[in-house]
Amino acid sequence: MAETPALAAHAAEPGLQHQFESMEQQKEASSLGMWIFLVTEILFFGGLFLTYTIYRWENARAFAHASRHMDIALGTINTAVLIFSSLTMAMAVHSAATNRRRLLIGFLIATMILGGSFLGIKAVEYTDHIQHHLFPGPGFRYPAGADARGAQLFFSLYFAMTGLHALHMVIGLGILTTLVVMARRGRFTPEYSTPVEVSGLYWHFVDIVWIFLFPLLYLIGRHLR
Amino acid sequence: MSAVVAPELEPIEPRDNYLNAAYGVRSWLLTRDHKRIALLYLVSITFFFFLGGLFALLIRLELLTPQGDLVQSETYNKLFTMHGVVMIFFFLIPSIPAVLGNFFIPMMIGAKDLAFPRLNLLSWYIYIVGACFTMWAVVHGGVDTGWTFYTPYSSTYSNSYVIATAMGIFVTGFSSILTGLNFLVTIHTMRAPGLTWFRLPLFVWAHYATSLIFVLGTPVIAVTMLMVGAERILHLGIFDPTRGGDPILFQHLFWFYSHPAVYIMVLPAMGVVSELVTTFSRKNIFGYKFVAFASIGIAVLGFLVWGHHMFVSGQSVYAGLIFSILSFLVAIPSAVKVFNWTATMYKGSISYRTPMLYAFGFIGLFTIGGLTGLFLATLGVNVHVHDTYFIIAHFHYIMVGGAIMGYLGGIHYWWPKMSGKLYPEAWARFAALVVFIGFNLTFFPQFILGYLGMPRRYHAYPPEFQVLNVMSTAGASILGVGYIIPMIYLAWSMRYGRNAPPNPWGSTGLEWQTPSPPPTENFKEPPIVTEDPYVYSHEEVEIVG
Repeated sequence: MAETPALAAHAAEPGLQHQFESMEQQKEASSLGMWIFLVTEILFFGGLFLTYTIYRWENARAFAHASRHMDIALGTINTAVLIFSSLTMAMAVHSAATNRRRLLIGFLIATMILGGSFLGIKAVEYTDHIQHHLFPGPGFRYPAGADARGAQLFFSLYFAMTGLHALHMVIGLGILTTLVVMARRGRFTPEYSTPVEVSGLYWHFVDIVWIFLFPLLYLIGRHLR
Repeated sequence: MSAVVAPELEPIEPRDNYLNAAYGVRSWLLTRDHKRIALLYLVSITFFFFLGGLFALLIRLELLTPQGDLVQSETYNKLFTMHGVVMIFFFLIPSIPAVLGNFFIPMMIGAKDLAFPRLNLLSWYIYIVGACFTMWAVVHGGVDTGWTFYTPYSSTYSNSYVIATAMGIFVTGFSSILTGLNFLVTIHTMRAPGLTWFRLPLFVWAHYATSLIFVLGTPVIAVTMLMVGAERILHLGIFDPTRGGDPILFQHLFWFYSHPAVYIMVLPAMGVVSELVTTFSRKNIFGYKFVAFASIGIAVLGFLVWGHHMFVSGQSVYAGLIFSILSFLVAIPSAVKVFNWTATMYKGSISYRTPMLYAFGFIGLFTIGGLTGLFLATLGVNVHVHDTYFIIAHFHYIMVGGAIMGYLGGIHYWWPKMSGKLYPEAWARFAALVVFIGFNLTFFPQFILGYLGMPRRYHAYPPEFQVLNVMSTAGASILGVGYIIPMIYLAWSMRYGRNAPPNPWGSTGLEWQTPSPPPTENFKEPPIVTEDPYVYSHEEVEIVG
């Protein structure tokens, strides 16, 4: 068979998968794929955000009251931790693109530590809520006189939304672990760092979800009596 | 030296196509070839089609007599629920996209595979895992909420296997999302040189629109099913009015996906029909861009009409009016397609091959289903026939008369390419006729039943409805036979059918410019596209087979 440009590209580039003609095409496909996946994620969380919006509108006072059970100090620390982890992730992507392997591994591990800390702090908060009987269901206890039904809805949404977010964090940590292993084996080159890049997109997305969750669940209406 | 006559050797079949490139179970279950994955889907969805059909058979047998005598009402509830769940989530939604789309989108755009072959295989496995959850629920006694899972019955009161079924739908949803994502990326990034957007076959446009719905709609049903599951397991009160939740919100979220899901089922069938009508009329499509953008229009409008399922659910009258108007708008792109297919056939040299018979069936039945959809979009009429057999007849005209006709037409059209064999034409025409007669006999009486007031989802009915119900059951038996005949002759043709030439219909599509069955890499030489699709004017091609 005649030597076509595609065959030459495959011979020169071991990272090029068989279905693609060139590295540019492969990279374009991977980035587009991740962006579309993030769109599906927006719709996925969107169902919960819609539910939150409607119930907040219907139970404004109860939601404001219930949000005062949130530990604002821990929430703020966690927000800072997550934003910082996005910085280290961005640095990891940059290190991969500039072919600095040790730096790449360092930043990936730093991101994992920050992500793990976020989950740890979240676990402390969860334990606290559960000890105070704030988990919805038969065991739910709320001060007499307050709107317990509205508060229970708030906590239903709180656990559903932060729980789903935490699940995405856990998946993110799994992806980062894979990246560390791949980086140690020297799989990334300046021409082929797409996995780091698209994982970065995912990590930033999960971060942004939290940027919305934090004010909705911790901040809005705290000052209302 | 005397001449040595070489003994006649058994000719060794060259391993040059995707079917014989490798043998063994592993070569199928670990394949990354989109064509083999399409066949994996074909086998799985065929199983679910006949399982769903079995439930339908039991439903129709029960409705043969006015009394509830064959099954108890609880069993009947489970039967219609499982019929809906299996047929919609495990057959209709994956049918054309996962089988024909998977097989032919890469070939139609001149690519070697989809953009993400491993993801493609993964989505089949996800489908199977979801199917296992649902099968577990079926085997352990089924689920009785209706395929719509309305809360709070599904989230609080039902004593059947809601969680397993909801899990099955949740998991299978990710299979749809990944398939849609794969198609979108493939169509965007992997078109052959010269294949501009407006040279794409309309089948590809239809799948682009379908993929948009997969990607934008499916996550919403996934999170909704997750909330229902969380409510049952963790006692969160999101949809439970006793804990402040709102059951109507579930209906909004559910129909935000499930109405567009109807277009997931019918849009790919429309894509198939565009291919069939042009090929068997030997004509260019009338108004290419209108047909292409009609697909996108249907996908977009489909997201704006969900409230028409909730006219009697306590939704505001003003919301009802808006949803009614928006629902009427869907008729415009749908009618554009029907008119353009008709105009394409006008003065064409039409050959009445089996795929074309199914295309005729699609156009006629889809028109009836679509027009009765306008009745239902009208607020007043909707209130009169809400939750009656009129609705059942309407959406079966779209889903069975439309989507399954399109699917069967597509399967017949591309069978020579997929299997490398020709199917027996006489039998196929006969089966198409049986399907058409059986279908109309099954579902047309249901329009009348619904208009007279027979409600859906009851296992007993007043005696005056019996004649129409008996007609419907008789039709269902004929329809069942009509589906079994193709099963038999297609399987038969795999072994005994005549070998198919590369392009038995004289089609212009890229997928026909390669041997039947195609080699694993689809094309020996990467194709270069130099003209628009459906240029049937400059050659006289004889249709063989």
